[in-house]
Amino acid sequence: MIQFQNVTKRFGEFTAIDDLTIDIYEKEFFALLGPSGCGKTTMMRMLAGFETPTEGKIFLAGQDIAPVPPNKRATNMMFQSYALFPHLSIWENIAFGLKREKMPKHDISDRVDEMLRLTRLEKFASRKPHQISGGQRQRVALARSLAKHPKLLLLDEPLGALDKKLRQDTQFELMDIQEKTGTTFVIVTHDQEEAMTVASRVAVMDHGKIIQVATPDRIYETPNSVYVADFIGEVNIIDGVVTPNGEESYSLTWKEGQAPLNVQSPAPFSDGQKCHLAIRPEKVTINSEKPEGVDNAVQGKILDIAYLGNISTYHVELPSGAVIKAQSANTRRISRRAFTWEDTVWLSWTATAGVLLAE
Amino acid sequence: MMRRFFLISVPYLWLLALFLVPFVIVLKISLSDVALARPPYMPQFDWATGIGAFLSELDFENFTWLTEDDLYWKAYLSSLKIALISTFFTLLVGYPMAYGMARAPQEWRPTLMMLVILPFWTSFLIRVYAWMGILSNEGFLNQFLLWTGVISEPLTILNTNSAVYIGIVYTYLPFMILPIYSALERLDGSLIEAAEDLGCSRLTAFWLVTIPLSRPGIIAGSFLVFIPVLGEFVIPSLLGGSSTLMIGKVLWEEFFSNRDWPVASAVAVVLLLILVIPIVLFQRNQQKQQEAEQ
Repeated sequence: MIQFQNVTKRFGEFTAIDDLTIDIYEKEFFALLGPSGCGKTTMMRMLAGFETPTEGKIFLAGQDIAPVPPNKRATNMMFQSYALFPHLSIWENIAFGLKREKMPKHDISDRVDEMLRLTRLEKFASRKPHQISGGQRQRVALARSLAKHPKLLLLDEPLGALDKKLRQDTQFELMDIQEKTGTTFVIVTHDQEEAMTVASRVAVMDHGKIIQVATPDRIYETPNSVYVADFIGEVNIIDGVVTPNGEESYSLTWKEGQAPLNVQSPAPFSDGQKCHLAIRPEKVTINSEKPEGVDNAVQGKILDIAYLGNISTYHVELPSGAVIKAQSANTRRISRRAFTWEDTVWLSWTATAGVLLAE
Repeated sequence: MMRRFFLISVPYLWLLALFLVPFVIVLKISLSDVALARPPYMPQFDWATGIGAFLSELDFENFTWLTEDDLYWKAYLSSLKIALISTFFTLLVGYPMAYGMARAPQEWRPTLMMLVILPFWTSFLIRVYAWMGILSNEGFLNQFLLWTGVISEPLTILNTNSAVYIGIVYTYLPFMILPIYSALERLDGSLIEAAEDLGCSRLTAFWLVTIPLSRPGIIAGSFLVFIPVLGEFVIPSLLGGSSTLMIGKVLWEEFFSNRDWPVASAVAVVLLLILVIPIVLFQRNQQKQQEAEQ
């Protein structure tokens, strides 16, 4: 439904978006994820019509939208600051866009009531924005941007101002509303958890380029670069040199004094190529004895334990000085924990646990 | 407790000494009769006759006189008209300037602000005299217009109401610009974007969002211009002609030409009463604004 074709946006010397091509499909919940300054907000503002691309074209439903001003676009935006009109009541805020369409009065009233019901704000219709809470304001902003039946809804860090608990609830609400209305949602966020929760596809951005676009599980399990692997969740990055030792199987020589690691990778690598093995801490098993019949096992000493309640992350220092993180669920009470600081432990993982990434 | 009492008492004493006492004196004079004496009114308070005799000589004769001679109510009406029209023009000129300032790049704003305040650095009288030089028949404006060929005869501007309006708009412009600017500067730019996103053109967004949100500034600025202009004396007497009727001028003439202090005082008291209405409205606007910000 939306196509970016070789879009570049420059602000003076600064290139915010760099030759970007991407498709966003209909009824999709699409997340643009990246650190601040990566160009994700600029992309959204180009969709809304507040910025025009320096080069390249953006198509919405097959139509080049560059000459269409924001007020004529079938897109609506939910602003990071919510941008509710402080001089208007909640009801009038939601009706604002409908009134501009010269809709008949009773249709406006029906539509506003429908939006109020959808966002559970019926009780607050006559209040002013400063008389309601942050979470309610956020729902008003959502209702207002959905009221006009946009083909595309843009959400700019919509949950940034909410506390964690409320944010989680709202994320599920957003997904519900997206399903109910069938609108295409594009969300901009720097919170990877949020992107993973709500989106059906995630685009990870950096320096005006899209590094990877995939479903949340693929982004997490098979990142295509060290940047993506590192940006999403926790990861161990092991640098080394590979030697093929079978079909889709490689031996990774890494720190001196450590046995080579067995790695499987569908992507081909040449003999002696430098690469990185990215492996998630939860895929590393921690044992007190050397486990039998595993693809990879290393011995080390526990340097640090990060206790997170439901899980613990163990930082294990190998004799070579490398530190590998391993995560395990705290199935026992903390007083009965099997390992403690300075314990010598074995870490093990399968050949398929990690992802081999080129330089 | 003593400290707090002391702190509060300072502004009250200030008001008492510099507002209430002078006002009571003026009120007393307005109730007296004109006399060939020094000071030129009767009665004077005399300890010998006592307060009763003193009060019994006071009357409302002068106020009755104000209603009998149509000069006074015409002057009040004319002042109101001039104040209203010039407030409107000041708003018309000031709003775009304030808007421009608020939209200017951040680093320019202090300079622009400085430029607005800069005229206060020279004497107000000198600036009004400068306008006489500009607006007179042989003034810069006429010379320029004749030179460019826009007109063939010099325009008569000085000593007309137009000159008064020009002078007032020029003098009071900063009082209009500053409150509007402060309202517009606080305006969140994303509100305008939101309005456009929801289907407003630039102009409707301005009309539906910018104007309502700068309304407290517009109201404050309008009162700050309207209230002093109503009693303005210098501008109409220097730039205006004999046909320019303003209560400030009437007051001055009663006081210095006629030496009728009691009538002049009565004029001043009525002017103050007229001004109480807009001042109360202004206060209420300020209060509402403060409440909205909390």
